[in-house]
Amino acid sequence: MNDIWRMIGQRLLFGLLTLFVISVVIFGATELLPGDLARELLGQSATEETLAALRDQLGLNDPAPLRYWNWLTAALQGDFGVSMATKRPIADLVGARLGNTLFLALYAAALSVPISLTLGVLAALWRNSIFDRASNALALTAISIPEFFVAYILVLFLAQSGLFPSMVRITGSTTFGDQLYMSFLPALTLTLVVTAHMMRMTRAAIINLLANPYIEMARLKGMSPLRVVLRHAVPNALAPIINVVALNLAYLITGVVVVEVVFVYPGLGQLMVDAVTNRDIAVVQAIALIFASAYVLLNLIADVLSTISNPRLMHRS
Amino acid sequence: MEKQPLLTIRGLRIEGRSGDAWHEIVKGVDLTLHKGEVLGLIGESGAGKSTIGLAAMGFARDGCRISGGSILFDGIDLRAVPEAERRALRGKRIAYVAQSAAASFNPAHKLIDQYCEGPVVHGVMPREKAEADAVELYRRMRLPNPEEIGFRYPHQVSGGQLQRAMTAMAMSCRPDLIIFDEPTTALDVTTQIEVLAAIRDIVRQFGTAAIYITHDLAVVAQMADRIKVLLRGDEVEEADTRSMLTAPREEYTRSLWAVRSFARAEQPPATGTPVVSVRGVTAGYGAVDVLKDVSFDIHARRTVAVVGESGSGKSTAARVITGLLVPRKGEVLFNGKALPPNFKARSRAELRQCQMIYQMADTALNPKLRLRELIGRPAEMYLGLKGKALESRIRDLLALIELEPDTYIDRLPGELSGGQKQRIGIARALAAEPQLIICDEVTSALDQIVQEGILKLLDRLQSELNLAYMFITHDLATVKAIADEVVVMQQGVVVERGPKTELFGRPHEAYTDLLLSSVPEMDPDWLNRLLASRGEHA
Repeated sequence: MNDIWRMIGQRLLFGLLTLFVISVVIFGATELLPGDLARELLGQSATEETLAALRDQLGLNDPAPLRYWNWLTAALQGDFGVSMATKRPIADLVGARLGNTLFLALYAAALSVPISLTLGVLAALWRNSIFDRASNALALTAISIPEFFVAYILVLFLAQSGLFPSMVRITGSTTFGDQLYMSFLPALTLTLVVTAHMMRMTRAAIINLLANPYIEMARLKGMSPLRVVLRHAVPNALAPIINVVALNLAYLITGVVVVEVVFVYPGLGQLMVDAVTNRDIAVVQAIALIFASAYVLLNLIADVLSTISNPRLMHRS
Repeated sequence: MEKQPLLTIRGLRIEGRSGDAWHEIVKGVDLTLHKGEVLGLIGESGAGKSTIGLAAMGFARDGCRISGGSILFDGIDLRAVPEAERRALRGKRIAYVAQSAAASFNPAHKLIDQYCEGPVVHGVMPREKAEADAVELYRRMRLPNPEEIGFRYPHQVSGGQLQRAMTAMAMSCRPDLIIFDEPTTALDVTTQIEVLAAIRDIVRQFGTAAIYITHDLAVVAQMADRIKVLLRGDEVEEADTRSMLTAPREEYTRSLWAVRSFARAEQPPATGTPVVSVRGVTAGYGAVDVLKDVSFDIHARRTVAVVGESGSGKSTAARVITGLLVPRKGEVLFNGKALPPNFKARSRAELRQCQMIYQMADTALNPKLRLRELIGRPAEMYLGLKGKALESRIRDLLALIELEPDTYIDRLPGELSGGQKQRIGIARALAAEPQLIICDEVTSALDQIVQEGILKLLDRLQSELNLAYMFITHDLATVKAIADEVVVMQQGVVVERGPKTELFGRPHEAYTDLLLSSVPEMDPDWLNRLLASRGEHA
């Protein structure tokens, strides 16, 4: 058990290191962007004096390392600064949007993870059957179509008829049920996008194991094919399955930009697109850092879970 | 009137698929087994032993199909009944013990969970009763800590103990028939005896019928009431054990019996500087010393056999010589000159001098490379051969290992038999033109007839090319056949070393004695006598 804690500590440390490197990259990348924030804020008519004064006030004249340091220390304390476009604190701006994005990600995960794991297990169980081929073909079709196109197809078939709304408006008075109903189409779009990957990896991870002597042993003990797969193959296939699920969950949080735009969903992706259009660098930086943290955290969880799932690592003799 | 047999197989035909074509691998075999009887199935690999054993459970591996004949188990036609009914028999009335228990236990579950699965799923007994029963069977199988051992995972239990735990698991539903598929092949001789005795006792106690599959005649002689000899899917002959051993009728059976006829001519004592000299080496992993002050020499044109059970440090010694493991103390001299302890510090010429051949030719050869590349790469790397010169060297090497160059040069390892793959392993080692070849259990995965071919080849190459061999093995019959000198190791210490003739002739160390006496003999009473002399059994 101590091993596990040490491993978690180690991975956390590596995660923090990764985040630090990412923060440097994010900061560096936004430095390279063309455009002058002060002019952006004050408009074309501003005089050189007012521009200089504003630059001074915003600290834009400080050397880059100093600005990076100020930004990082503030961000670590939860203060991402003030949005230069809307003049509101970024933490507030991002807070509500993050909630919405997480809601959508969890919604899509709650649909896609059970569906893809079930389909993957069944496809492995009935490999090379009609079911296997059909579900593979469908999943591949879904993943081959660009997601904005999937979104428009769903809008065409499910929103035009008035079955589901094609736009999502979440206000303070929106109930949980309403939110589920309104977010159904974006969640379904995301589900269609991520299911194929998880399903096919689950299927492959299980089939990979079926040639093992212990699988034959289970069959020779008279166990049913379903039990052989669920009890004897799946526990040994958990590590790759957990990893692919984590990867796709991370994508559900960070890859939603297009879907959010199509459905006008008030999430982080939308916010990021708006911020990029407005050259609102501080917001872009904050969101990029949040996305990176989601990746690092989910991968950390995946590592820990796959270690726990392996008795050879948990119970060293 | 004669009692109804438990298992009656008539005209059994099984086909295997290769590519798109089906070809017959079992060609009309008959088999009759009565209650409480043990039948030995013997033959080389490819004889169809395991396939027949599985067919007795109504089971065919993927890529195989039962294409003809009838299988009657206790009046039930296993080919006619639906799969669900066959499944209800498997594990409950017909159980299976696999060759490698280490691979056949599920690594994700504790032993006792795997034990209880059968009885609970088949509705024989509830979980609590099964657990109590498991402890009882573990005790009867003479496993240490029977109360506790079930709660371990497979990787926490040794191979010999796993094999006994698997036999206990097969017994869990008190089946009428157990198929033992080479259950001791992967074990050391000393461990093998314990497992054999435990299996034999439990089968007798419960009056279980058994099919005992093996390629080791001496083992089957201890276990079986009757023996059936198979060759390429056909029956050669069948008789009760004693008459089969004393008076085999068929030519092929006699050749099996005589297989260990090969013995290397005795060599005069070696003189001069040894090719390799291991001096006072202490080495290990982590805090544990696996080798303790180990010394031995190997001379040119001599074979030194390093014997001992698994865990005795044989392979670790090889890792020290090759520089894969840096010793804590001591050194390795090559032609009298000290070698850098780490292989990374050795020059290419030094690396070239010492090559290895591995136990599992299957995993030691890259399956995606053709023989041309497998053998050519070391010749290219060490000797700088290119183009025509390389091509002709590869052809010479193939001819040297008795494989026709034109036929084989562009084949993939998957298109070769086990013995041929091992020959490629030898050619790859020879390609570097070494002075020393370390052979790590090179024959233990092979059939006896194939083993003999490999040993003869190695012997011939040695005298033609002046090679020194370090021969790591736990098989003393191989030692008798090929070694000049023997180094006996136990728990990292050299307990005895000397010329073969001396070592096998004189009274020796208790451990050497234990090893030597554990090699099964062809006498059906051997196990009884041995156990009696060791006072383990009446």
